[in-house]
Amino acid sequence: MRRVGAAAVVAAAPLALAAALWFGSVSLPADEWFRTLAGGGADASREIVWGLRAPRAAAAFAVGALLAVAGTLLQVLLRNPLADPSILGISGGAAVGALAGMLLGLHAWAIHGLALAGAGAAAGALLALAVRLTGWNIYRVLLTGVALGAGCGAAVSLMLALAPAAQVHGMLFWLLGDLSGAQQPLPAWVTLAAVLACAQLLALKLDALTLGTLKARSLGVAVGATQSAAFLAAAVATVAAVMVAGSIGFVGLVVPHALRLAGFSDHRRLLPLAAVAGGALLTAADTLARSAAAPLEFPVGAVTALVGVPVLLALLARTR
Amino acid sequence: MLAASGLRLAVPGRTLIDGLDFFAAPGQCWAVLGKNGAGKTSLLLVLAGLRAPEGGTVALDGAMIAARSRREVARRVGILLQDETESFWGTALEYAMLGRLPHEPAPFGADPAAERAALAALAEVDLAGHAAQPYRTLSGGERQRARLAQLLVQSPDLWLLDEPLAHLDLGHQVAVMRLLARLAAGGRAVVMALHEPFWAARVCDHAVLLYDSGRPRQGPTHEVLTQDHLEALYGCRLEPAAAASTPVFLPTS
Repeated sequence: MRRVGAAAVVAAAPLALAAALWFGSVSLPADEWFRTLAGGGADASREIVWGLRAPRAAAAFAVGALLAVAGTLLQVLLRNPLADPSILGISGGAAVGALAGMLLGLHAWAIHGLALAGAGAAAGALLALAVRLTGWNIYRVLLTGVALGAGCGAAVSLMLALAPAAQVHGMLFWLLGDLSGAQQPLPAWVTLAAVLACAQLLALKLDALTLGTLKARSLGVAVGATQSAAFLAAAVATVAAVMVAGSIGFVGLVVPHALRLAGFSDHRRLLPLAAVAGGALLTAADTLARSAAAPLEFPVGAVTALVGVPVLLALLARTR
Repeated sequence: MLAASGLRLAVPGRTLIDGLDFFAAPGQCWAVLGKNGAGKTSLLLVLAGLRAPEGGTVALDGAMIAARSRREVARRVGILLQDETESFWGTALEYAMLGRLPHEPAPFGADPAAERAALAALAEVDLAGHAAQPYRTLSGGERQRARLAQLLVQSPDLWLLDEPLAHLDLGHQVAVMRLLARLAAGGRAVVMALHEPFWAARVCDHAVLLYDSGRPRQGPTHEVLTQDHLEALYGCRLEPAAAASTPVFLPTS
């Protein structure tokens, strides 16, 4: 049963990527599309498929994978089923930076820089306030993250209220997650490879951590070092995802849960499968977001929730 | 094997144990008895190196346990905890396989050696038919036996068990006590916190009684588990039960 589930998840990835290359505001004839995929086709087709859709699909996949891996790590780390990348306040910090940049009318690269600074400041504040000063305490980390997130949320609300009407649309898209500017997927993929490698080395220790810190220590796990490494990996994954696509919710929450409910609990399998499933989910959601009512685009974060909620509810309904 | 010297354990406002010298040798089976809150769990955690004592030292084969790496300790010392966070999503087999963790299991892919060991351990605790069952759907007694199976896979030289009979029916209590006695007879050291002096007298060769005064009493079970000592320990009147091969004391009617 689990093998069928794993095969379905792995098969979903190429299907989602193929759909991302196929669907769009311009419809290509099937023979031209296949010719373009094979390296031929007209210049315009190549530009549409390889120049526009492929980088965006690759970015969407990497972001989805990063969010799902971060969510998986945080749910173990915080022993909280509601943990997802936004719970640390990192997305909130990035949002404050990005929206401040938009409000000031700065260039795109400066907005990116401010988002990175905001995310880094939030992660640094969390580390300093909740971890470094007093040692690891999941409740303190959770509450600090929630408090930072609430503070950032308030700042975002203020900026939305103060912003000229013309800027609010762009701000809202950033807040709901937007992949329209994601044309350079390489940094996200490099980060994903590094985070996944780190997470994979922690996988067995994370299994033991699900039994509680005392039991994990009795099984020989260096709990503090494992928690710090997992937290760092989750934070880096979140920052990388937010930098590419803004704040996309639900992928980091729903994907790990769906896989656990489908019977995957061993983190050596769960983490890579979460990456593939998260990547496929966000790629499919982004394809839907940009092609369902093309040329109009929906915020991808809204689509991930619309797709993910029924899936999670269906899995919960059939689980004892 | 494990030597504790001058141990002092305390909780805010109260000293639990004051000045305990304790030595567990291979082949010995120890019972730790005492009222609720007497310090049984704290003592086991200190002996496992999972809690620092307020005073004194714990050494494993002559080296301070606190100075050894957690993995090194975990290969020698295993502990059955009274409470465990129940957020494990895998099967009973996967749960038991986690006992391989201190022994450097394969970081990637399947681990047939761990799987074989875990299946044998589950069979040992009468859970052979539950290997594929999600751990969280096991009953309380089945979970307790799955925890023992994990310890069997961990295969430590020193077994510390906090209420190993909790949640178990009488038949499985007998089976688990026979298993622990067999481990001790095979050269492992076993230390278990119990609430039933009867099992301590029948299975263990040594006992530590943790009194409210903080001054523990220890020695061979036939010397320590007397009516007077147990009445003082639990604060209730006892009487010897007739027709028992092991001295057994029951509360007076």
